[in-house]
Amino acid sequence: MCLAIPAKIVEKTAGDNAIVSLDGVKKEVSLALISDAEIGDYVLVHVGYALNTISPAEAEKTLKLMAEMSEMVENTQ
Amino acid sequence: MSRMEKRFPTRINIRKGTVDMTHGSGGRAMAQLIEELFTKHFDNTYLRQGNDQAIFEAPKGRMVMSVDGHVVSPLFFPGGDIGALSVHGTINDVAMSGAKPLYLSAGFILEEGFPLADLERIVISMAAASRAAGVPVVTGDTKVVERGKGDGVFITTTGIGVVPERLDISGANAKAGDAILVSGYIGDHGVAIMSSRENLAFETEIISDTAALHDLVADMVAAVPDIHTMRDPTRGGLASALNEIAYQAQVGMRLNEAAIPVRREVDAACELLGLDPLYVANEGKLVAICPADKADALLKAMQAHPLGRDAAIIGEVVEDDMGFVTMETGFGGTRIVDWLAGEQLPRIC
Amino acid sequence: MKYVNEFRDKTLAKKLAAQIAEAADPSRQYNLMEFCGGHTHAIFRYGVQDLMPSNVNFVHGPGCPVCVLPIPRIDNAIELAEQGAIVCTYGDMMRVPASKKNSLIKAKAAGSDIRMVYSTQDALKVARENPDREVVFFAIGFETTTPPTAVAIKQAAEEELANFSVFCNHVLTPAAIQHILQSPEVRELGVVQIDGFYGPSHVSSVIGSAPYDYFAEEFQKPVVIAGFEPLDVMQSTLMLISQINEGRFEVENEYTRVVTREGNEKAQGLVSEVFELRRMFEWRGLGDVPYSALKIREEYSAFDAERRFEITKSTGKDVKGCECPAILRGAKKPTDCKLFGTVCTPDNPQGSCMVSSEGSCAAYWSFGRFRLDRVKETAE
Repeated sequence: MCLAIPAKIVEKTAGDNAIVSLDGVKKEVSLALISDAEIGDYVLVHVGYALNTISPAEAEKTLKLMAEMSEMVENTQ
Repeated sequence: MSRMEKRFPTRINIRKGTVDMTHGSGGRAMAQLIEELFTKHFDNTYLRQGNDQAIFEAPKGRMVMSVDGHVVSPLFFPGGDIGALSVHGTINDVAMSGAKPLYLSAGFILEEGFPLADLERIVISMAAASRAAGVPVVTGDTKVVERGKGDGVFITTTGIGVVPERLDISGANAKAGDAILVSGYIGDHGVAIMSSRENLAFETEIISDTAALHDLVADMVAAVPDIHTMRDPTRGGLASALNEIAYQAQVGMRLNEAAIPVRREVDAACELLGLDPLYVANEGKLVAICPADKADALLKAMQAHPLGRDAAIIGEVVEDDMGFVTMETGFGGTRIVDWLAGEQLPRIC
Repeated sequence: MKYVNEFRDKTLAKKLAAQIAEAADPSRQYNLMEFCGGHTHAIFRYGVQDLMPSNVNFVHGPGCPVCVLPIPRIDNAIELAEQGAIVCTYGDMMRVPASKKNSLIKAKAAGSDIRMVYSTQDALKVARENPDREVVFFAIGFETTTPPTAVAIKQAAEEELANFSVFCNHVLTPAAIQHILQSPEVRELGVVQIDGFYGPSHVSSVIGSAPYDYFAEEFQKPVVIAGFEPLDVMQSTLMLISQINEGRFEVENEYTRVVTREGNEKAQGLVSEVFELRRMFEWRGLGDVPYSALKIREEYSAFDAERRFEITKSTGKDVKGCECPAILRGAKKPTDCKLFGTVCTPDNPQGSCMVSSEGSCAAYWSFGRFRLDRVKETAE
């Protein structure tokens, strides 16, 4: 459950809010559930709130791992 | 002439006035509204005659007639309004048969209290759409309902046209082996509408794609006279239009997700709300089904027209008496693209 | 879309599929339960099953908070609206069948003021704009969706928004997983064979990966916390298969770009400030489950709809023949239900599994795995 989508913080607004952009679609969300989020950070958005920040380093690692594991198969075939 | 010009002592205050019950009662107030708003902006010989009907020579050939009720909310949205929609929508329904649309009629149901300034805006928009398309609104009607019994304004338009001899275009004609084409990006209109609905509040540059397609259709049937089917995927989106056709023709379809044109922003908006672009409404697009060996020619003809610039071949019709529309996903698996069940509501899960 | 499209890449998918096929031992079945409705949806929408070898089976669990909400609670929400309150709800709940074939959307059509909202912030807005009306937010969801409700309640308290209250139906994931694993069908009878779990993506982003240690140890089943995108599901499948083959039962995290061991401590803090455990809560399909749901704490009781309003105890039951309870437990498939596809379709849903876009039955129907199989049958 929990439809959550990664979006980029593009502006901070009043209170705990921020504007996030997902490929040009902008929405105001609340940052009340996270700390230290900066403009340019990617956050996971769920029901109008940023739930977590996304770690670019880990995302990179995961993709690399997927690619590497598949390389292994190719090399053994 | 001077008697007619002095018919009404004072002009209607369009800037500040609102619709009231007298505007629908058939009396002087209604006549004045018609003259100073509708006739003025639609401005054609038929309406200027001031009759309850329009008389014209019966065109030769098979006639086509279509009707559409327009209840869109909000009335004004990015890229258009209910007026433009009502003209384009009916022109398109007529054009989907391959017919050249000739005339339109327009019935208005106005809600008491509706601002005349908004009504004029809508009528001006309709008139502009009608003129640009070359299809005049030749007759109309106005009624008023009490406050609370309407959504501002409802517009019903009927259109008629004539189908050229050699064409036989119908949902039932789709055959196994045929190619399926779409004229451009899907989902724009629905997303534009949703972005202007208050409780969803998201910002986007997406505007409605509302457009009259009869000109594009004329180019298409000239290039490929034996097009089997055409349909405009309005409510329910591309998925619903294709399911309808599959059911009519008792065939199946196999789509290629990667080939279906969807703007990045539309994808993003749908992702954000938990919607599927395949089910989102379009108002300026069409689906065409033609014999496989004519697909490239048809695609070329479509892409040469401004409204078909982003056209693409998105799949093929297959044998399947259960009428399933399936799709190879961009990921490599297969899924079924079913009819829309209920209404698409934004979801959290 | 960054961090989305890369994880839907077709070429990587093919390669991972090859690796999974290589890793899977042809002499056995792998029954992997995805707890999270989002995974169910992803699997069907992208057709992930097609890239799996035939001995890898997805078992769909009760990870759909819409599906597991028992009928009486929906009846209560409708009742609140009929009593005159403005009831704000997420879109998912609108069409779920309650008693006597009623639903929020039908009650709305009959005149009740029921409004769909995207966020608890929207519900607060409705309360501010309608000071003379009671506004009740119908709160549902697992640990992902609970923090937003906590924020709203705290805000309402700060603003002294006297007309705002919450009808709380938040439920807890670990309790549900525990209940399934302890059920006779799984533990003793072996009717439902589960070899491993895909841990929910976003629940875990809030609660962290630590809470799953218990399951791995106690039930000796591997858990891989899996991201939401189809490549995440495939990568996690590979990780689960490896664990099963090697006889390991650990908690692994595939979704490291979002999930950490501790989770989102700020969100967890807010939740424990506002909510506490209910001793018992009824789940559709699972019956009464202890310590599996939350209620609003005493300090915030002013915003608890259950304390503010008189709510009658409803005895609504599932429609006769509806197999949602068994399907939610993974004990039956949608195709095992007599109502599936006949009386019960997305246009005329009899049970929650067919309404919720992540319910097993809806997913099965809309994306049609069984129909493809049926088509294959007829062709043969």
